[in-house]
Amino acid sequence: MELTLKGRTYVVMGVANKRSIAWGIAQALDRAGARLIFTYNNERFREPVEKLAATLDGKDSLFYPCDVTIDEEIQATFAKIKEDVGVIHGLAHCIAFAKKEELDGDYMNTTRDGFLLAQNVSAYSLTAVLKEAKGLMTEGGSVVTMTYLGGERVVRNYNVMGVAKASLDASVKYLANDLGKDNIRVNGISAGPIRTLSAKGISDFNGVLKVIEEKAPLRRSISPEDVGNTALFLFSDLSKNITGETLHVDAGFNIISI
Amino acid sequence: MAAEDVLTRVKKIVVDRLGVDEADVKTEASFKEDLDADSLDIVELVMELEDEFNLEISDEDAEKIQTVGDVVSYIENHKS
Repeated sequence: MELTLKGRTYVVMGVANKRSIAWGIAQALDRAGARLIFTYNNERFREPVEKLAATLDGKDSLFYPCDVTIDEEIQATFAKIKEDVGVIHGLAHCIAFAKKEELDGDYMNTTRDGFLLAQNVSAYSLTAVLKEAKGLMTEGGSVVTMTYLGGERVVRNYNVMGVAKASLDASVKYLANDLGKDNIRVNGISAGPIRTLSAKGISDFNGVLKVIEEKAPLRRSISPEDVGNTALFLFSDLSKNITGETLHVDAGFNIISI
Repeated sequence: MAAEDVLTRVKKIVVDRLGVDEADVKTEASFKEDLDADSLDIVELVMELEDEFNLEISDEDAEKIQTVGDVVSYIENHKS
């Protein structure tokens, strides 16, 4: 079955470059005929995002700056989106940040600032964004956020980001419950490690990649395209009774113990 | 793979990634000082180089790379 999302509009937050998971999701949505709205953290990312979007089939993408740590900016961004397109049908939240020096060594060395920063950008931002995006999903909606196994179990060097992902996972459940009555679904995708700009900030990331390729049941690595295809399923009506769920797109790695 | 080749390929990646003029991508040019690269640009550059030359640049080594010339000599010494 070929999925089509023609006539629907989706917000994609967090494209940094061609390797971004958000970009894999954007490409999948574009293939399905959806209209795309990109938000970027600050001016530094505007041109790269616009250049990438120019390669899509859909030529009517829109672009807005949105620093998710500033409530007023989120409000202004979604007010503009409402003005420009009216209704949206879903949102991909692919945003996380932690201090590089805290993605190495012992978790216990995490500072209060670093802890709060990771929680703020990587977890609270989903709640903050949905407060504003909810009003635009008047025809129902589907929200997908990116999480990681490091929020469920200990993954070396993932540290403070793992704790933030645990918080994000719990947020997915509470938000799914809050928004269910508005026919808005909220789900997470827990992708296996992908060589993105963010992942390179994690100490010895290449080592982590190798472990997956050797130990995951499917013995292969994950691509942004794989995640994009799963996101497409979660955005489509094929998943209309799935909410508050986390799907692992990790070649099965999460089931492995010893 | 001659040193000339490596330099040409490195230059192409740097021009492409940083949006700078090829004439400015001199061997002694510092990424941060002369080519206006921020820390994310450097990581992107490292990833492009890893792909282009099929090698792994460790975090420690990546931190030592300051100039275009540093990249060329790193690749010369580590190419497979």
